[in-house]
Amino acid sequence: MHMADALVSPAVAGTMYVCSAAAMTYSMKKVHLEVDTKKVPVMGVMGAFVFAAQMINFSIPGTGSSGHLCGGMMLSAILGPFAGFLTMIGVLLVQCLLFADGGLLALGANIWNMAFYGCFIGGMVIWRFMMKRSMSKKKIAIASILGCVLTLQLGAFSVTLETLASKITELPFAVFVGTMQPIHLAIGLVEGLITTAVLCFIYDARPELLWMYEEKEDGKLSYKGTVGVLAGAAVVIGGLFSLAASSNPDGLEWSMKKVSGSTELASSGIFYQIAHKIQAFTAILPDYSFKGSEAAAGTSFSGIIGGVIVAVVCLAVCFLIRFFKKGKVKNCE
Amino acid sequence: MNKIRNAIYEIHHMDDMATKDQWVRHLHPLAKLFVTFFYIFTLVSFSKYDFGGVLGMGIYLLIMFCVADISLKRAARQMRIILLLTIMVGIANPFLDHQVVTKIGGFVITGGMVSMITLMLKGIYAVLASYFLIVTTSIEQICYGLQCLHLPKPFLTMILLIYRYMIVLLKEAERISLSYEMRAPGQKGIHWKVWGSLAGQLLLRSIDRAQVVYESMLLRGYDGTFQLRMKKKKTSTSVLYALIWILIFFFYRRIPVFWLIGQMMGV
Repeated sequence: MHMADALVSPAVAGTMYVCSAAAMTYSMKKVHLEVDTKKVPVMGVMGAFVFAAQMINFSIPGTGSSGHLCGGMMLSAILGPFAGFLTMIGVLLVQCLLFADGGLLALGANIWNMAFYGCFIGGMVIWRFMMKRSMSKKKIAIASILGCVLTLQLGAFSVTLETLASKITELPFAVFVGTMQPIHLAIGLVEGLITTAVLCFIYDARPELLWMYEEKEDGKLSYKGTVGVLAGAAVVIGGLFSLAASSNPDGLEWSMKKVSGSTELASSGIFYQIAHKIQAFTAILPDYSFKGSEAAAGTSFSGIIGGVIVAVVCLAVCFLIRFFKKGKVKNCE
Repeated sequence: MNKIRNAIYEIHHMDDMATKDQWVRHLHPLAKLFVTFFYIFTLVSFSKYDFGGVLGMGIYLLIMFCVADISLKRAARQMRIILLLTIMVGIANPFLDHQVVTKIGGFVITGGMVSMITLMLKGIYAVLASYFLIVTTSIEQICYGLQCLHLPKPFLTMILLIYRYMIVLLKEAERISLSYEMRAPGQKGIHWKVWGSLAGQLLLRSIDRAQVVYESMLLRGYDGTFQLRMKKKKTSTSVLYALIWILIFFFYRRIPVFWLIGQMMGV
């Protein structure tokens, strides 16, 4: 699908260069190659791999013909869409400058048709959507085939539009589209199957290499899940099990009763009276019940309210600690 | 497998050609890049019926191929790759555009015929111009030129790595294909049952290699970029070369030289 220079007019070529350059600049910003130096050699070797793998012919059963790997989708599934897009640009540039495969003026159009759709639609939209929750061979197969077919269809459609906008051919739009799309549908299917086979092999052998793969240990809950379970447990224990709480005195009260004959010590003096008044005013649920009521609902309510207040206080303390830590780090810098 | 072997051979051949000691090879890569780009730009800007204008653009190629001592026969091989789509697009023109342009001895030449030939000529010339650029400029020089245009250095490093490791991985792919062919004689291509494991093994080896490459680069003081430099700089010659050719293309595009010559000769 590499377009030759003769198929584009200067205006179309310039427009496509601008579009591709914008996508490239955005990807460069996202990937942070200047910071993450490790990515550069990986992208370079992966680009070389795509080039080498595309030289291997895979025979298509029952047809006698052969197909090859879908580069954009493969790179996105391993490097992610942004790094994959930059790598594909590198591959297309080398193909153009080394093998004259695709024109120099048409390079912008070729990047758009083959790298942009493959990485941004195939990788960022389809692969990301499919692998959002979990990864499986079935999902890999659907994402690869759907991604390859769709991106190749979009690429072929773009070739048609770019050629027609350049006023190169006398072919009517319908005829041109009717010729381009079915051929690329078949190619897309074959490329999708080859890409599926390779990605499934990687999933079996080294799944951590795939983009968006998250290793999940058995029985391990996510952060949200843990918070949810703890909140649920607090509500059940505070609101329901509190009704079955024993009315017998606790250890300290029991000891005091044994020593002094009462669970509470008699206190006198002005300070004790002031403290008692403040406590009577602030305690909205005295003795874990509504004021002036011995109803069981009061015990449940106080259990839940108590749990919520403790959680809020704990969170506030955590935020305060984090806030002071950040301040210290900034001062050090 | 021949495909892979040919690709390896082509890469080595291009490398040898680009490192020849000749003044064209020592010109600044940006000058050659600009001239090639402007040449293709001028070429495709001609109308689809302007066969004469497009034909005249071949003079640049004739001169430069002679000066740089490049074989046209070898260059013609490159054309087979891109001509397929160009032919597919242009082949319908004679059937759809019946407007009579001229008659040569009773043979009617239609607009469709002219536009088809012009399109193919444009395709051939554009490929030959790109070929001239790539056999006279190594990939390191092109990256150096792109660096002068302020393209991000890590991106250029990645392109150089793709180029360097392409040969290594092509050789690895050739070994894999050869071993497979020897175990499955007479079979065309790789059987679908081993699609995943065959290319997957190559992929895993490539990723492991990338790790080793990165570690060895770090040991050699890699800081995120390669330092690209040119051995010989012929700045003034390069500027002159670019300026002359760009002016020629510009005036050739503005003035219909062939038409004027025809007028002078009274045709």
